Amino acid sequence: MIRDALLVAGKDLRLEVRSRVALNQVVPFALLVLVLFAFALDPDRGLLEKATPGLYWVAVLFSGMLALQRSFAVEAADGNRDALRLSGLDPAGIFLGKFLAVAVQLLVLEVLLLVGVAVLYTTHLSGWSLLVTTVLVATAGIAATGTLYGVVAAGLRVRETLLPLLLLPVLAPVLIGSTRAFEAALAGTPSEGWPWVGLMGVFAVLYVVAGVLGFGPLMEEE
Amino acid sequence: MTTQIARGNRGRPTGSDADAPTSTGSTTTRVLGVLTLLGFAGLLLLALVLTPADANQGNAVRIMYVHVPSATIAYIGCFLTTLGSALYLWKRSQWWELVGYAGAEIAALFTAVTLVTGMLWGRPTWGVYWVWDARLTSTAMLLLLLLGYLAVRRLPADYPVRAKRASILGLLLVPNVIIVRQSVDWWRTLHQKATIGFDTKLDGLMLFTLFTGFVVIGLFFVWLLIHRFRVAWLEEQVADQGLDAAIAERRAEGTGAGSGPVVPSNLAAGEAAP
Repeated sequence: MIRDALLVAGKDLRLEVRSRVALNQVVPFALLVLVLFAFALDPDRGLLEKATPGLYWVAVLFSGMLALQRSFAVEAADGNRDALRLSGLDPAGIFLGKFLAVAVQLLVLEVLLLVGVAVLYTTHLSGWSLLVTTVLVATAGIAATGTLYGVVAAGLRVRETLLPLLLLPVLAPVLIGSTRAFEAALAGTPSEGWPWVGLMGVFAVLYVVAGVLGFGPLMEEE
Repeated sequence: MTTQIARGNRGRPTGSDADAPTSTGSTTTRVLGVLTLLGFAGLLLLALVLTPADANQGNAVRIMYVHVPSATIAYIGCFLTTLGSALYLWKRSQWWELVGYAGAEIAALFTAVTLVTGMLWGRPTWGVYWVWDARLTSTAMLLLLLLGYLAVRRLPADYPVRAKRASILGLLLVPNVIIVRQSVDWWRTLHQKATIGFDTKLDGLMLFTLFTGFVVIGLFFVWLLIHRFRVAWLEEQVADQGLDAAIAERRAEGTGAGSGPVVPSNLAAGEAAP
């Protein structure tokens, strides 16, 4: 299972490195979202800095949505779905592989966005242990739900409009939790943030388990 | 065939039905429907005329007799969806899948009713339609989750594809509701204490009216559930039958027999004809 997961993750990441779609389209989009927030909320009023945690995670969700769509779009062409099914790879391994590849892309995106808010919103980043843990746990949650719901929407003509509708309500706890944890970290009161990390941890574990168990039946349909 | 559906056709309903029912009504549902209507009349009388206005909330309290039962029924509908989805994934029971689908439709309806009545109650009581209270927020998220399930269940795809994908969402519905509820609760209570709720003391008649509300809306729920289940079942039958008819026509073309519309039950006879 782990070997299959690494194979699939390696394939997806190699695909992204070579095609540069994530680099050329998703990353600029993420930065664009940051700039749009600055247009929407006057940068002179200090709102941007105050709202940094919320804006940051909304930007992560929106640009992450693009990365997820992309992760399943590459499987849609040329009957790749059938090819994956016929490849003899463990479905749980395929899930974990897609999950890992998405998580790595999200992490890169999140690091860049963190630099973005630090520079553009002049937010002073602090509470690093909480910040880093939050990023890791939230990424696991987003990638696991995204991969599971992504395959639910995959292969359908309506997938572009369907995935956000399915995914964003489910990710509400992650958005709330990561935002509160970031606020706590930036405010210098990390003890308020850790319960949220716990909640997101439970969420991530739930969805990784659901994905490992549910991916097989979802792949097998005719 | 009508009586067969009325008893709940366990397992996968298949086969042709030349005498397919033309309505989803049966004696049971008619009795239920009449009882529901009478119940609503009684509830209106109790809620609008016989019970007193509340000391604090005034007449707005009367919305509660619909609002609270609707919220409860919405939760029951969600539970049915998760149960039906689980049993479909586990036992491949189409009967349960359709129960889950019907449950989700009705849960979405009652969640919307809960939100609308809650907002109508909130306007005179709090002065605003909406506050970011934990209960309101998580109910709104519940409605969105249900709409997501229904969107997948109604996809223009083959039944097994739709049913399986929707069932995965249905299976996760109740866990999602719990975890969203939990996070929103924390979200609103870590920073400010929840200040809103029904802290009204109910006197005897008001309590009885609320109880009547539960019974009437419960009856309405069962009536709707049976009808929506039958509609969903018939929809799948029509889809199956259309496919069977198309296959039969192709076969008839192949053997050169049968010129008129071919009924699936005549399939064997059509093939045997010279």
